[in-house]
Parts: sequence; structure tokens; C-alpha cells
Amino acid sequence: MADARGQMRPTISPLNDPRWRSAIVQIVLCLVVVWLAYAAISNAADNLARARIASGFDFWTSTAGFDISQTLIPYTTQSTYGRAFWVGLLNTLLVSALGIIFATIIGFIIGILQLSRNVLVSRLAAGYVEIIRNLPLLLQLLFWYNAVLKALPNLRESLTIPGGAVLNNRGLFLPKPIWGADMMVVLAAFGLGLVAAIAYHIWARRRQALTGRQYPVLTVSLLLILALPMAVFAGLGFPVSFEHPEMGRFNVRGGIEILPEFAALLFGLSLYTAAFIAEVVRAGVQSVSHGQTEAAYSLGLRPGPTLRLIVIPQAMRVIVPPLTNQYLNLTKNSTLAVAIGYPDLVQVFTGTVLNQTGQAVEVVVITMAVYLTISLVTSGLMHLYSQRFALRER
Amino acid sequence: MASANSSFVRTEAIPAMPPPRSESGWLGWLRGNLLSSPINIALTLASLWLLYLVVPPLVSFLLLDAIWTGQNRDACLATADRPHVGACWPFVWERINFFVYGFYPANQRWRVDLFFVALGIGVVWLLSRHIPYKKLGAIYFFIVMPIISMILLVGFPPLGLRYVETALWGGVLVTVVVSAVGIVFSLPLGIILALGRRSKMPAVRLLSLIFIEFVRGVPLITVLFMASVMLPLFVPESWSPDKLLRALIGVALFAAAYMAEVVRAGLQGVPRGQYEGAEALGLGYWKMMGLIILPQALRITIPNIVNSNIALFKDTTLVFIVGIFDFLRTIEVARIDPKWATPVTSTTGYAFAAIFYFTCCWMMSRYARGVERRLVTRHRRGR
Repeated sequence: MADARGQMRPTISPLNDPRWRSAIVQIVLCLVVVWLAYAAISNAADNLARARIASGFDFWTSTAGFDISQTLIPYTTQSTYGRAFWVGLLNTLLVSALGIIFATIIGFIIGILQLSRNVLVSRLAAGYVEIIRNLPLLLQLLFWYNAVLKALPNLRESLTIPGGAVLNNRGLFLPKPIWGADMMVVLAAFGLGLVAAIAYHIWARRRQALTGRQYPVLTVSLLLILALPMAVFAGLGFPVSFEHPEMGRFNVRGGIEILPEFAALLFGLSLYTAAFIAEVVRAGVQSVSHGQTEAAYSLGLRPGPTLRLIVIPQAMRVIVPPLTNQYLNLTKNSTLAVAIGYPDLVQVFTGTVLNQTGQAVEVVVITMAVYLTISLVTSGLMHLYSQRFALRER
Repeated sequence: MASANSSFVRTEAIPAMPPPRSESGWLGWLRGNLLSSPINIALTLASLWLLYLVVPPLVSFLLLDAIWTGQNRDACLATADRPHVGACWPFVWERINFFVYGFYPANQRWRVDLFFVALGIGVVWLLSRHIPYKKLGAIYFFIVMPIISMILLVGFPPLGLRYVETALWGGVLVTVVVSAVGIVFSLPLGIILALGRRSKMPAVRLLSLIFIEFVRGVPLITVLFMASVMLPLFVPESWSPDKLLRALIGVALFAAAYMAEVVRAGLQGVPRGQYEGAEALGLGYWKMMGLIILPQALRITIPNIVNSNIALFKDTTLVFIVGIFDFLRTIEVARIDPKWATPVTSTTGYAFAAIFYFTCCWMMSRYARGVERRLVTRHRRGR
């Protein structure tokens, strides 16, 4: 072996050559992994054959034969296991989406209160975060479900809430709105208002860039988006009627039913994740140095615009990545539904379907694949975000 | 020019006047902190109202209205002369052995106590700053103590310790065993995975990456389901591991993936010069990692390691779902016992569990924060 200058390199034994070593290590590792996988698969085939459990995905189209307490798409006991999967997945997505919205709102409020100069307020917010973060989520869910919601009055002694809602230990029953035909006009007015508000926003921005004059964008937008459809709604004579829940002998009929399992899960998840989001928000706002605020003041910006134009955009860069992480955690934590019997993906699919079919490998693999897809897609989007908004330093 | 001996020039300084009463002392503090603006006044009032809503009912439930003695549910029922009943503590006292040991045979419970002591010694040895011989401590915690605990808890007939099957274990014992196994196995595994993920060998890097991202992408419950229903299929029938062992494997793998990311962050925090310095001294990979890089990386990640252990400790409650009798499960079982069936039993059980979990997690997080503060100040002084 000769290098560029034609000199001979010292010969090393392959045992000490890093390239040889790493090649050998990697080959051995791959062989071990392949052997483990082979052993696992052949064992599984043996065990399944002995227990006479079918394998493959044929069960997907066979009749499920069990009922699910909350379904967003039509589902009966005659539906297939595949249908049950979609029902469970939609229930998971529903509770996660609502949980994310509530947790974000509560979390931002608490996080900002933690930064308040009012000692009482900041200590209270910090106390909330400390208590919630140091208790297991499962304990909190069981508490909300068993000690609070199940302790509500029973069917006979249902509480009626003004406005026609009924509350008992079987859930919350709300009046169900039945929209009239004229509702389409109101919807159209809403769409029109939205488009007009966006157009006004763009126009006001251009004007401000040209003339320096500021326009009341927020007020006009609110008027266009909210007041316009409301006016149309009132002008058409309120084209909506309500189907009120009726007290039956054994059950409540009609109306929108909110299961106590759903309420407990949503409540517990939102409050738990809000504590973590509050910490994320606090850290994000604190990461913006005070010099930025001072510089904004010396440019003549008032506190409101300083926060909106200077502090929040910089804090968001720090907040967003861990925030999405919390959203993912919330979605993953929604699997605790199985403990209180909310029919989410894990409860329906890994619970009931697994018990009925016995096809552990297929069912667990499908469930994991769903969560893995959600995680990978989200972290891919996050990667794009952080590339787009990364701090450009010279 | 007026000189020092002019009669109209003071020769001594005027003593400083006290600050105005409204600006100092508790009154000034009150004005500055709580009542500085109309919004602040409103916030203060709202906070006081919130405290009024939460604190008095909590105190009266846990202490003032609580029942402290009794034999069965009759003691904790509301009567005409006692309309408000608080926590039913005799329920907890009577079941305390169940909450701590589960169904572990009563005459063998000293073995569990001994295990708690052995674990406590290991934890204090490793975490306290004042105890020397940390290397011995690490050997004790990661090798000696697990073996002793295994012999103590499972049993070892040649030494006269009779065999106790894991189905009888329960309560705090199981919670502690699951978290201890998670911690003892996750740290070494996590270090290996973190090193693997930063390795120069593509196959090693890819395998570590797949494992870490896969485990972190799925919920713990599905990992536990995998361990409890799929694992028995993947091993020969004769080996079929018992239920607790399966859950322990699931928890250890799950914790290892999270620990790997924590350690990786620590490794990234070690400056490149340290690697280059070690290489310049002619150290090989393992010597460089073991003697130079890991000691620094692990020291700066102690707070994060403790934080991830807090998360693990809270997550151990999930083994409940695959049918293991952990502390929370014993509460769930005890609270529906007809002997103590009252409207307050559930809440009492949950309050007891909350106090237990909060105390443990809070102490750990205090420790982590203390270490963090110490590391920051040491860093500052060094510069």
C-alpha cells in the first residue's frame, strides 16, 4: 500500500485496523439481529399453530358482534372489525383534538400567569403546575371518573340545567340543534364575512405601508366575521329548533349525549397537559432577552404592540417544538382511556378485538403503526418548521 | 471658600431617613406586588377567591371533618349529628399492609422490608454528595443490589427463603420494583443506545435510531400490550415468562429509549475539544468514553436523568392496565370493598394515593433542581 507520496504505510494487523474492526462488529450485529428476528418468527409460527390461532388480516372483514358506546360513524353489532377500528380511531382523534385545544388555552393562560409580577397569582399558577405534574395521569383520570363524575346523582334525581340540559351519572345530555333550511344563507354570510375580513386586512396593511396610517383591523374583522352572520341569523327569524333530551324510565332519550368516560378523559388530559404546556410557555417567554423589550420601547412601541410584534414571534420559535411534543404526548396519553372504559382505539381494538380474535400480533402491530404514523408525520412537520424558522446567524 | 471648620458646615453626615412607610415594609410590598394596577387588584381578588374555594374544603375534608378511628363503614357514614363526613382514614390504616405488600405472605414480609432498606442504601449512596466511593456505590446499585433483591423477593430455598410467586406481589412493593428495574436497566441500556446513535458505524447507528424512534413514537400501553401478549409468542413455549417479568421487560425497554435521548443530549453538551484531547492522548474509543466523555456528560445530565425517572415512576401506574397489582390497583380493589363502602371511600383512597405519589415525585424533582443549581454555579465560578 502506498500513499500519495509513494511511501509505504506501516502494515497493521487487520485485528487492530479500525476499518476491519467496524466492519466485523457491524456484520456480527446484523447477524445477531437477523437471527433473533428469525427465532422470534419461527417461535411465533410454532406457538400460533399449536394454539390454533389464525394469522393474517382476514379478521378485518368478519362481523365484530359487540357494541361501542360512542360512535362518530354508523356502527352496529353487525359491522366488521375493520369498521370497529375506524370507530376507535375517530374516537381517539376526537378526544385528542379537543384535548389539544383546551390544553393549549389553559396552558397558555397558566404559563403567562406564572410570569405575572403579582406574587399571589404567579405562586398559584406555579402551585397548579407543581401539583398536576407530580401526580400520575392515571390517578387523575380515575379520580375524575370514579370520585367526581360517578358520584353525580343517578337517573331519577338528574339535575336539570337551565336551557334544557340534563346531568346525571350517565353523562351530560345537551339539547340538539336542528338547523332549518335558511341556515345555508347564514353560513354563506359567515363565509362572505371571512373573505371580506381577510381582504380588509390585506388592504389595511398596504395602506399602512404607504401612508403610515393605522386602521382598526381587529374591530372591523370581528364585526365582519361574527356580527354579520348573527345579523343575518336574526333577520331570518332564527331558523333553528332544539330537540330537548327527555327523561325516560331507564334512560334519557334524544339530545346530544356526552359520556362521563369522555368527559373525564377530556378533562383529565386537558388539565394534565396544560401544566406541561404552561412550563413550555414560561420557558419560551423567558428565553426572549429583556433587551428586546427595552429596544422596542425605545423605538416608541407601546406595551401591546411590543408583546405582539417583538416578544411573541421570538418566543414562538422556542415554544413550538416542545409544544408539538406535548400534543403528541397528549395523543399517546389518550390511550389511558382503556382504564376508564372510553372506547378509543386501544380500548376497542387492542382490548375487545384482541380478546375476541386472539390475533395478538396483527392487532398490536396495527395499533402501534397508527401511533407511529402520527408521531413520525408530526415530527417530520416539526423538522420542516424548525428549518423554516431557524435563527439565521451570520 | 467654606472650609471644614466653618461653623455653618456640618462635620458629620445626616443619618439616612427611613423610606416612606408606603414604599417599604409589608405595606410597600403589598402595594408593589399585589395592588399595583387595577388589573393586578382584580387578579389578586380572583386569586384570593380561588384560594377560598379550594383550601377550606380541602382542609376540612382531609383533616377537620376526617374520621380517624373506626372498625368498618359505619364509622364513616354521615349521621344526623354529623352531616359532613371527611376522609375515612381508618379504611387506609386497616388496609395499609395490603397497600404496601399486596398478597405477599404475612410471615415473609420482612424480606420486602429488607429490600426497601437495600434499595434505600443504594439510592442515598449514589445521590448524596457527602458519601464517598461512588464507584463502589454504582457497582452496588447496578449489580449487587439487584441480585440481593431478586434472592430476597423471589426466594432462594437453599438459604431457607421460600419461593414467593410474583402473582402474590402487590402494592407499593410492585410500584417500587417496576420503577427500580426500569431505572437500573434503563441507564446502562440508554447509554449504549445513545453511543450507538452517535456511532460512526452505519449499521449500529441505524439500528439504535430505529429502536429509539420506534419506542418513543408509540404509547407505553401498546409497549406493555406487546410485552404481555406478543412476547410469549416469540419465545419457545417452555420459557413463557411470568406476567410481572413481561411487564418489567416492557417498562425497561420503554425507559431505555427515553434515557438514550437524555444521555445523547448530555453527550452533545461535551465540547469537541474533549474528544480531540482524548484522541490526542492516544486513548481508544472505550477508554475515551469511559474516562473522559461519559463522566462529564452524565454529570451535566443528572437533573434530566432524575426528571425522566420521575416520569417513569408516574408511568409505572400503567402496568395496572395489563393486570399487575401495583399500588394504584390495590387502591382500586380496596375502595370497592363492601366492608368500607361509603360515599367518601373512593376519594379517601385517591387522596392517599395522591399524597404518596406527590411526595415521591416532589422529593425527586427537588433533588434534580438542587443539582441543577449547583451545576450552574460551579460552571459560573469556573469561568
